[in-house]
Amino acid sequence: MLQQNRPAGEFIAGMRTIFPLIVAVLPIGLVFGAVSATEGLSPLETTLMSAFVFAGGSQFVAMDIWTHPASWIGVGFAALLVNIRHVLMSASIGTKMQSFSSVKRYIAMLFLADELWAMAEFRAGSTRLTPAWYAGIVTPFYLTWVGSSLAGALLGAFLGNPAVIGLDFAFPAVFVVLVMGFWKGPETGAVLAASAVASVTINHFVPGVWYIAAGALAGLATALWQGRAKEQAT
Amino acid sequence: MMLDLNTLLAILAMAAATILTRVSGLVLIRYVEIDENRRTAIEAIPPAVLMAVIAPTAFATGWAETLACAVTAIAASRLPMLASVVLGVATVALLRAAGL
Repeated sequence: MLQQNRPAGEFIAGMRTIFPLIVAVLPIGLVFGAVSATEGLSPLETTLMSAFVFAGGSQFVAMDIWTHPASWIGVGFAALLVNIRHVLMSASIGTKMQSFSSVKRYIAMLFLADELWAMAEFRAGSTRLTPAWYAGIVTPFYLTWVGSSLAGALLGAFLGNPAVIGLDFAFPAVFVVLVMGFWKGPETGAVLAASAVASVTINHFVPGVWYIAAGALAGLATALWQGRAKEQAT
Repeated sequence: MMLDLNTLLAILAMAAATILTRVSGLVLIRYVEIDENRRTAIEAIPPAVLMAVIAPTAFATGWAETLACAVTAIAASRLPMLASVVLGVATVALLRAAGL
């Protein structure tokens, strides 16, 4: 009995955890749908993109550089570049998936959007990460993203500018909260500082989305350097 | 509903690129041995990636965003996530309305 209830309980716990992000992703999905409509995508095409790609950042970038006819090389390469951080993210969360079978690990990775990854990392920091809990955060988030993209594509121009009521700030705010949660002391401070400086600098001088990779690698390099310095000290 | 072949190809290319990045980290840790040093580095990935994503918004967009990030960060140490996020969004909306 208890064995049977456990996955269901974990699934519901996951759904509860992701609720604030559902509220945050809904307007973003609507905006994405509306933007894609102005770029000439049909509601079906918009929905397919959200369902197959499921990576908001790269989808917005694709809309930014969209051409007619669409260039698969252009948007494909852009997606690779925007999402290159996912390599680090999946390497990191992959070490915390002991309760996942090999197949489940790969399936889980297909849904590794920033927000879901961050919540999973946070969860793994305090308790065991289970497939049921992960499914609990993925399912409503995925359905909301795809559904709100479709709704945005259908509603199109009826939607106002989300910046007026600050909704575009919902995700940066979530990320700020999560960053604070990963604080482990001065070492984290150095990693954050290196990442921030590299990200802001590259964002200022290099067009495109190289700043994310630059910041992530600067933070990673700092952590490696700290590890080596500690090794030599002992 | 219409579906253009070039658009479909572009969507599939984006999906393939995204899946490649999401799966390759998992493949990487399977074939690379993880020692103490690498573990420390992997633990630094979440804050490093998150900061890289938000840094331009937090430090180089405008005073409204910078102050709202600060408010959110301070709130995060005392309040639950949803409350901190709502406070951050309200702050940015107010400051923008005030013309910052």
